[in-house]
Amino acid sequence: MIADNPWIDAVVRMLLVVMLVIGVALILIWLERKVAGRIQQRLGPMVVGPYGLLQSVADALKLMTKEDLRPASADRWVFELAPFVAFVPSMLALVSLPFTADLFVRNLDLGLFYIVSVSGLSIVGVLMAGWGSANKYALLGAVRAAAQLISYEIPLVLAILAVAMVAGTLNLGEIVAGQGRVPYIAWQPLGFVIFIIATMAELYRNPFDIPTAESEIVGGPFIEYSGIRWSMFFFAEYINVFMLSVLGSLVFLGGWNWPGGNEVGWPLQLVLIFAKTSALLLTFMWLRVSLPRLRIDQLMSFCWQVLLPFSFLAIIINGLVLVYEWPDVLLGLFSGVIALIAGWVVYRGSRRAVPNQPWTVMPARGIR
Amino acid sequence: MTIERELETIDVSFNVGPQHPATHGVFRMVLTVDGELVVDLEPVIGYLHRGAEKLSENCDYRQAIGFQDRTEYLAQFNAEQCYVIAVEKLMGLEVPERAEYIRVILTELNRIASHLMFMGAFSADLGIFGTLFMYAFREREHIQELFEEVSGDRMMYSYFRVGGLAWDVPDDFVERTRVVVQQTRQGIADIDGLLTQNEVLLARSRGIGVMSAEQAIDWGFSGPMLRASGVRHDLRRAEPYSIYDRLEFDIPVGEQGDVYDRYLVRLEEMRQSVRIVEQCLDQMPKDGPIVTAGLKRVLRPPAGEVYMRTENPRGEYGIYLVSKGADKPYRLKIRAPSFCHLSALRNMVIGHYMADAVIILGSVDIVLCEVDR
Repeated sequence: MIADNPWIDAVVRMLLVVMLVIGVALILIWLERKVAGRIQQRLGPMVVGPYGLLQSVADALKLMTKEDLRPASADRWVFELAPFVAFVPSMLALVSLPFTADLFVRNLDLGLFYIVSVSGLSIVGVLMAGWGSANKYALLGAVRAAAQLISYEIPLVLAILAVAMVAGTLNLGEIVAGQGRVPYIAWQPLGFVIFIIATMAELYRNPFDIPTAESEIVGGPFIEYSGIRWSMFFFAEYINVFMLSVLGSLVFLGGWNWPGGNEVGWPLQLVLIFAKTSALLLTFMWLRVSLPRLRIDQLMSFCWQVLLPFSFLAIIINGLVLVYEWPDVLLGLFSGVIALIAGWVVYRGSRRAVPNQPWTVMPARGIR
Repeated sequence: MTIERELETIDVSFNVGPQHPATHGVFRMVLTVDGELVVDLEPVIGYLHRGAEKLSENCDYRQAIGFQDRTEYLAQFNAEQCYVIAVEKLMGLEVPERAEYIRVILTELNRIASHLMFMGAFSADLGIFGTLFMYAFREREHIQELFEEVSGDRMMYSYFRVGGLAWDVPDDFVERTRVVVQQTRQGIADIDGLLTQNEVLLARSRGIGVMSAEQAIDWGFSGPMLRASGVRHDLRRAEPYSIYDRLEFDIPVGEQGDVYDRYLVRLEEMRQSVRIVEQCLDQMPKDGPIVTAGLKRVLRPPAGEVYMRTENPRGEYGIYLVSKGADKPYRLKIRAPSFCHLSALRNMVIGHYMADAVIILGSVDIVLCEVDR
């Protein structure tokens, strides 16, 4: 309890979380550009403020003062409401996201379920943006986004469900409390890998940035947006990135627990959760700048043929181990072995021989 | 590939370009797509037509060299080389050995620079967030700095002359080139390590945009595009010009003729070019004339015609030159490899996904200035 009156308490908590998240989103945009720059042997933003720290603020100001354009052929209400429909769910998900043992708005008993279901709503906004823009690129991007998000929601949920089975609860606070000594990544490595991949797909990051594919459909659903409406999409994306990274560190990396299980105070808890979140964020950024983009059919077949069977397998293994009350070590062992098998499947699958072209008549010594 | 239709759907046409990140210049392709599958493609060219061939007829033989730079703006030295050899053949000139070596060093370095540009642009088409682009441009910059020091310009070199070179190279040219070659070798290894065995690249580029050897020959393919289809044809070997008969190098050949093979062939060609440059640096005479002695200020080749073709990074670059004995070419015709490759784009793309159309276009490695001239 921050204040005695429940209403004041709720408002204060909401303000705290919203300010925290908005600040983090601005820093994230700066950090992403810096990290990408360093990986690409550039400096990244350097001009506005020390080390370009104020670059995001300058960009936000610029975007707010820009003209808010709407194509004449666009469907007015759908076009103008789309950014809000995309933005609100990402804020709603924060309601039940605990940052420390005390810093949260409401720690719901079905917190995990709530977050997953609410964050899935933002797809409606993207679809509205694509449809309302009256632009073929935007429509194609929106349809791609819908297909991708709905498909990858399933492995994401199943991966989290695997943890919920072990934890025996959907309350995020209790899930974290259950990882006092060993974080769940040790028991669920397969679930963690699936979670990372599905999260990248949920966030439209490389190699899954198919809905916004810059070199094909030039920004996809957001192609006609400018100014504040565009920046709302952008902001929602970064809040989602942050939200899912926090979720990952809560569910898999032990949240605000010190590894080994010592009780720590809230300042250290905050440091711990941000350290773990940052590790995930940097992984996402690193993968983003170094991987090419998949094709839409490969994306779908990867989801339905690789991720989904393996996430079902994770659930089945968990069920067996938990029902027969085998030792916990077996959980991690089975899960790890299956994760290795999944990696091998992808490795072999991408290298299998392409169908030979029957009309190739001049075989020559190859260079491979 | 056949396309089956089950539901009642309509085909949508997409206007990709002339302002589009994937068109590498001012090129437009009108894609007709059924969902994500491309059912028709119409390439639209001509946005960059400047009439370089006609303009060359109003310039004397030395001035026309500048148009070659502007025609093939990624492999300027190669285009210049083709033109000056054509005029030299017309006049029956013998070029000093040192000039020949310097020409070959510069053209091979330019081939590497051009292929590096391909690697960068291709990776951007594939959707890598600029990383490989930056790597490729870092390596390209080393070569570019060397070119700048030699010719005084970063883009429009105009350094080759009929009968030799405009001026001698800087004193430390050999040492500097050796350093650049070492850096380039490392850079090629970086690109190889980042991309070649990448699972996503393998999934995306194998079996895409396939051209069989016969089809490639029928469409007039040349250069890496032809070799990726499995035809061992390289003008540097088939009809050696300049000093290529003294140099040792391998001709990489692909097996499938798909996008991945085109990438591999270009990657290997860069390594071979490094080999050629190193040999040239070893064999090059320390000093000597760089221009044929006794050339007049204004060139007047005897009446006649000549066709010269060289192996450019993009393929067979040809110059057809007609002289009536005047100080200006009577007719100059450029055979542009990109134009032939682009004409087969429709056949390569149809039946593939829209995302594949982008990387197939990328794998062609077009230079629009050369296509439109």
